[in-house]
Formats: sequence, C-alpha cells, structure tokens
Amino acid sequence: MKHFSAARLLREAVRGQSGWTEHWRSPDRPAPAYDAVIVGAGGHGLATAYYLAKQHGITRVAVLEKGWLGGGNTGRNTTIIRSNYLMAESAALYDHAVKLWEGLSRELNYNVMFSPRGVMMLAHTVHDVQVAKRHVYANQLAGIDNDWLSPAQAQAYCPPLRLDAGMRYPVLGAALQRRGGTARHDAVAWGYARAASALGVDIVQNCEVTGIRRDASGAICGVDTTRGAVSARRVGVVAAGHTSVVMAQAGVRMPIESYPLQALVSEPVKPCFPCVVMSNTIHAYISQSDKGELVIGAGTDAYTSYSQQGGLHIATHTLDAICELFPQFRRMRMLRNWGGIVDVTPDRSPIIGKTPVPGLYVNCGWGTGGFKATPGSGHVFAHTMAHDAPHPINAPFALDRFRTGQLIDEAAAAAVAH
Amino acid sequence: MLLIPCPICGIRPEAEFTYAGEAHIARPAEPASLDDHAWGEFLYARTNPKGDHAERWRHTHGCGRFFNAVRNTHTDRFITSYLAGTARPHGTPSAASPDAPAMRNDTEQWGQA
Ligand SMILES: Cc1cc2nc3c(=O)[nH]c(=O)nc-3n(C[C@H](O)[C@H](O)[C@H](O)COP(=O)(O)OP(=O)(O)OC[C@H]3O[C@@H](n4cnc5c(N)ncnc54)[C@H](O)[C@@H]3O)c2cc1C
Ligand SMILES: [Zn+2]
Repeated sequence: MKHFSAARLLREAVRGQSGWTEHWRSPDRPAPAYDAVIVGAGGHGLATAYYLAKQHGITRVAVLEKGWLGGGNTGRNTTIIRSNYLMAESAALYDHAVKLWEGLSRELNYNVMFSPRGVMMLAHTVHDVQVAKRHVYANQLAGIDNDWLSPAQAQAYCPPLRLDAGMRYPVLGAALQRRGGTARHDAVAWGYARAASALGVDIVQNCEVTGIRRDASGAICGVDTTRGAVSARRVGVVAAGHTSVVMAQAGVRMPIESYPLQALVSEPVKPCFPCVVMSNTIHAYISQSDKGELVIGAGTDAYTSYSQQGGLHIATHTLDAICELFPQFRRMRMLRNWGGIVDVTPDRSPIIGKTPVPGLYVNCGWGTGGFKATPGSGHVFAHTMAHDAPHPINAPFALDRFRTGQLIDEAAAAAVAH
Repeated sequence: MLLIPCPICGIRPEAEFTYAGEAHIARPAEPASLDDHAWGEFLYARTNPKGDHAERWRHTHGCGRFFNAVRNTHTDRFITSYLAGTARPHGTPSAASPDAPAMRNDTEQWGQA
C-alpha cells in the first residue's frame, strides 16, 4: 500500500497520475483456512477485519462478500452521523463511534470526508418539544453535546428553514448536535478495505456464503461459499438486511425483520444547505453532498421485503415534507432514487455479540441508522471476536437480551431511528 | 405501491391496508408454562425469509378484516391470500422449511451464555 501525502499528490500531478496502484488486493477465491471469517464486506464488516488485524494481531482474516464491497447499505445510505440517543447504552456506543470518526481519516490514511457540520432535529408539536428536550438533557448529563434551539436560533443555524405559523407542521424548536454531520460512505468502505488489506486481510468479492459448518460438538468449523469451502473457528456475520438468511444456515432464528428503506438525490446545485436537518415527525432527512446534490432520506415500507426498492408513495410523502419545510427546493429535479434492505430489531437497537453457537458471532440490527456507528461497531465487534467476550460498550447489546428482557428501547424513545 | 388481494374484497391498492407481520404465530395456550427462551422466541424471533412469506394484513380502509397472505419477499408478488384462522394452503412452502430450521436444539446453550 502506498501512503497518501501531499508530497505524493504533487509527485503524481507532475507525472501524469501514472503511479497509482490498486488500493486493496482482490483475491479471486478465499484460501482454504483462516483464523476468522467475516460474512459481508459492508463498512461494519470491513472495519471489524481492520481492527482484528490492527488491534488484536489476528491477520489471517477473510471478508467474504456476495456482491461488491460497499454495495449494501453502506453504499446506499444518507450518511448522517450523530450520537444523541436517549438510552445511556446507545449514547455510549454511538459516541464511541463519533470519537473514532473524528480521527478516522488520519488513522486510515484515507480521506473519509467526515464533516461535523451539525445535525439539527426539528420539533413540530408540543409532544415533539418535550421529547426533544428530554433527549437534550439526558445527553447533556451523559456528557454528549446536544442543545435546544428556539425557532429563530434554528433558522440562524440553517437559513433555508421556513418559519411560518401557517405551516401544517410549524417548527417549534430544534435539538442540535454540533459534533454530528456526514461522511463519504464509499470512502469509508474503501478506506477500511485498503487499510485491512495492507495488514494481510483477504477481501473476496462475488463470493456468497451459502452454508455455515458446525462440527460434532456444534461449534463453528467453517463456511461454504460459491467459491469453495473455507475452514475457520470464528465466523462473524455482518450481513445487515440478509442476517436472518445467513444465520438460518447455522440454525439460529433471529429477532430481525428486513424492510426496504429508500433515499434519493437531486440534481447538483451550488452550496445552499449548511447542515443536516432531520424531522422524525414528518419523516424527512436532508443534507447537501460535496458534489452539490441534495441527499434526502425517506421512510421504510410497511412490509418486510428483500426487493431493494421502496414504494413511490413513501418517497412522495418525504418530498411533500421537504417542500413544505424548504419551499425553495420545490422546483428541483430528483436524479436518482434507490433502496436498501435494513435489518430492524424489536427495540431498534443493534445486536453485537455472541450467539448460541460457539465460534459464531453476529453484528446486525442497525436498521435505518448504522452508518454512523461504523468505526465503533467494527472496533467493539473485533474485540468480541478476538476475546470471545464482549467489550464493555457492546455487552448490553447481546442477542440474549431478547430472552432476558433487558431491551434497549430506542424504539419507544424515537419511533424512528437514524 | 403493492396491489393486495383481499380475500373478501378483491385486489386493492396497498394504501388501504395495514401490515401486521408474520402469520401463524399463535399465542401459547399456557403462557405461564413457557421458559424464558420459548417466550423470547414467541415474542421476538421471526422467520424473515428471502422467499415465500406467510403474513397478516388488515384491510383497514375496506372491509376492516384481518387476513393472511403468502407473498414472495424477493419479488413482492402475492401468491395467495386466505381468511384469518385458516391454515396456510398446501403447495406453498411452509415457514418451517429446511432453509429456516428452528434453533430448539440450542436451547441448553442459551442457559450457559
Ligand atoms: C436508504 C438508506 C439510508 C440510510 N441512512 C442512514 C443514515 O443517514 N445514517 C446512518 O447512520 N445509517 C443510515 N442507514 C443505515 C446504514 O446504511 C446501515 O445501518 C449500515 O450501512 C450497515 O452497514 P453494514 O456494513 O452492517 O451493512 P451493509 O453495508 O449492507 O453490508 C452487508 C454486506 O453483506 C453482504 N452479504 C449479505 N449476505 C451475504 C452472504 N450470504 N455472503 C456474503 N456476503 C453477504 C451484502 O452483500 C452486503 O454488502 C441507511 C440505510 C439505507 C438503506
Ligand atoms: Zn377487504
């Protein structure tokens, strides 16, 4: 791996950019055996492999991906990053990630374009105001930045915001997390892939895991793939919307349902939108990418599906809300819309940890909001796989909580998680 | 928007319906006799197959009735629909097919975790 630096950029500039090489090795098929296998080369799987190699010295690792690296939800999301969750366990987990985001470009020697431009969550009703203030004060007690803004302060932070008493859902205030923001989704996958590959991790694309092998004692001994069998004593499933399908190969039923979630982008325009704005009540999320496109997130469909496309009426509903909040966008054209399949748990919190099968680990249930957690999730999951025991931060997120009843109920706290 | 076959009213647009999750998950007859594992399975574990899925819908803005349907979750095509309280029709693969084996034999290991 060649190191990126200003000197290198200059050298390549005068040499006609001829010295660049591939960022990661791309073996055609997996080796016959590894110390650990990760199923799924999304951001979370790649980050797990990177931290296994970097922090735990486990470098005989394969990341097996049925499609292309970063082609799942990692490459399909609206990239909102924040840590202002209500429950103490969630706030600790997501803030762990935000702290890693802050140094990630340097850590990976790859520009992930982390942009802490602030995430503003709007309140439109008296109930919203009470819920938002409760979040703000809970976060402040937990040492996580989150401030309550009056409507005028919200508009000062985000000038395009419409404040008009005649609106169907007037803006009554907002919660602002200044350390929140966005990052470049592809760069996150590519940066982790490049850094993991440099440490010896094999990333094998177009290689679907079709079976999970268990020995006579019931413990994990390997996986079957479309490119041959692989033996390994540790398998980490990081397959997002396909978690139930992969875990069924090991005979484990999951508390997960998979739903389509869609997003859309507009034609690119000059910089006009300074931060991220979210409204859970009227179901709209918006920011502007560095290319100039407005990036807009819609809701999930009502039914479970693996079709990777959502209903048009769901996107329309979101655009109605965007046009009411930001009338200046009414005449913009939308360029693309697409869907991902999100893995939703009953309490809307992720599952990160051991499973009833020895040697099988699972990291899933991030649903509509796991991009923001990518570095933290990989970090604590690598710890879990290396030590066969959770890191203190992910211990509460065990699969077993659906037996003990110790849920981390962000579902009740937010109704929508992002 | 899906077109959904209500067994009573016929094909209607999705906007008239409410989705109500996986079908044929009966509330245990004697809840007090269940251990924590079995109770957790009843409340939270779902088959979530990529393929044919038996599910409940309610025709909220029509006849108002709950009913069951089998839909392919990969193509979103409905295969059949039938009245609530009746069994899944023959010929449609069942939820307990080998691609989603139950984890009953792992029950003991939960206790050790
Ligand atoms: C439209 C949309 C908007 C979103 N917006 C946000 C947001 O603003 N902020 C936020 O924090 N989160 C957001 N999310 C959620 C976020 O994208 C996900 O939680 C996160 O990216 C999950 O990362 P992952 O690495 O776990 O999954 P993925 O990136 O989906 O990776 C899983 C990988 O596993 C592979 N796989 C599956 N089955 C197999 C198999 N059998 N063998 C081999 N490989 C397999 C898949 O091909 C896939 O590449 C959004 C999601 C969507 C769809
Ligand atoms: Zn009807």
